[in-house]
Amino acid sequence: MRIPCPICGERDSREFRPKGDITYADRPAAEAGAAAWHSYLHLRDNQPGQIVEIWRHTHGCGAWISVTRNTVSHAILGAQLLRDRGQDHAG
Amino acid sequence: MRYSGLRVIREGLRGQKSWTRAWRDPAPKAQYDMIIIGGGGHGLATAYYLAKNHGITNIAVLEKGYLGGGNIGRNTTIVRANYLLEGNSQFYSHSLKLWEGLEQDLNYNVMHSQRGIINLFHSDGQRDAFARRGNAMINQGDDAILLDRDELRRMIPYLDYDQTRFPIFGGLYHKRGGTARHDAVAWGYARAADQRGVDLIQNCEVRGIDVHQGRVTGVQTTRGAISAGKIGVVVAGRSSQVAAMAGLRLPIESHVLQAFVTEGLKPAIDHVITYGMGHFYISQSDKGGLVFGGDLDFYASYASRGNLPTAEHVMETGMTLMPMIGQAKMLRSWGGIMDMSSDGSPIIDKSPIEGLYLNCGWCYGGFKAVPGSGYAFAHLMATDQPHQSAERYRLDRFETGRDLMDEEGRGSQHNLH
Repeated sequence: MRIPCPICGERDSREFRPKGDITYADRPAAEAGAAAWHSYLHLRDNQPGQIVEIWRHTHGCGAWISVTRNTVSHAILGAQLLRDRGQDHAG
Repeated sequence: MRYSGLRVIREGLRGQKSWTRAWRDPAPKAQYDMIIIGGGGHGLATAYYLAKNHGITNIAVLEKGYLGGGNIGRNTTIVRANYLLEGNSQFYSHSLKLWEGLEQDLNYNVMHSQRGIINLFHSDGQRDAFARRGNAMINQGDDAILLDRDELRRMIPYLDYDQTRFPIFGGLYHKRGGTARHDAVAWGYARAADQRGVDLIQNCEVRGIDVHQGRVTGVQTTRGAISAGKIGVVVAGRSSQVAAMAGLRLPIESHVLQAFVTEGLKPAIDHVITYGMGHFYISQSDKGGLVFGGDLDFYASYASRGNLPTAEHVMETGMTLMPMIGQAKMLRSWGGIMDMSSDGSPIIDKSPIEGLYLNCGWCYGGFKAVPGSGYAFAHLMATDQPHQSAERYRLDRFETGRDLMDEEGRGSQHNLH
């Protein structure tokens, strides 16, 4: 897999470390309640096909990015900086 | 037909003409007492123990492909009971005892070989941790021997003991561990369940689960609607997909785990050897191929294949541990879809929907669990009470945080196991 880092350009996936599902970018408020925290920490849709997930360009610029990827074909469909995550990538 | 050595000889002399098919190929009926979704090792074992232990035989096992075509056909065949935590320890201990009587029980040669497993350690601290694990195994009634470096060297002289990164200090030896012929386990359970009247229905994909007023009533399949009051979901790798048909979300992510086999070689490796620090383990099959693997690729995947970085890492660490395998040619590699639960342990429990039962989250350790899992899941489905060997495998442990089964001590979070 080759991942298009928004800062460095397309690089080998070995330069990146996967963090997991994009759910981890949407941390609930401290007082959100047990159900919200359970959902955030544990529950996943986990359906085959297109997903958005968090990677870090660990051995490159160090940026946290959100990557859109197909889990059946491993095709990488795009990436953006996590801080720029827009409405189209919402959780 | 009962299998025996005598029959093999007799059929050999008579031209192999009298063998009958191992199981029927029935069309699905409109109604069953219970439906098992998933015709893999765990599902077939569940059906077998429902019939054998609980006398429930009006059961259908629904398999979208062919029997044993999922992870039971795509693993590295290791059988062991070397767990630390109470809950896991008792479960795998029970499962190993079932393995030890399995061939007689099923009248099927699953080639269960208790050749022993050796987990290597590389520091004083890791030796202490393994001594503790070995004591937990002995307390559970299983076996464990802590080998120092010299004892280990006499047993397996071909390791690189003095490597600079992880010099080998010794190993934890679990004699009753070993391997089994993975496909034969599925076939043995299938044949034995079929003989007791269970309908094994292949090429029958479940497309929907019918729920009325909080109760399951049946399933919609590619071969029509089938009704049943109790439905067991045993589809590791695809658990989230099937659970979603009943509106459930699970604490599971599906990941890819790769494995590899070389060309057939003369006998060289007598045990299963695990090299945890390097993410590598290996055994030699009865055909002679070196069967080995490593860790997950660590990203979500339904592809049943991995990528080159992990394959290269596994080869490199294998070479670090035993340079002698460097000249062996790799024959093939494959990937399985792992049901990764967030604390690294499985779930055998009722779901919030009445009559719908879940057996999932086996991570990368489902093969050795097949007998114990089928036994416990059958008990749960038949009696609505958890079997004592699996009473810790609760679905609600993630939500409550009580009795999390974090075997590796890493925390209950995805991507840590």
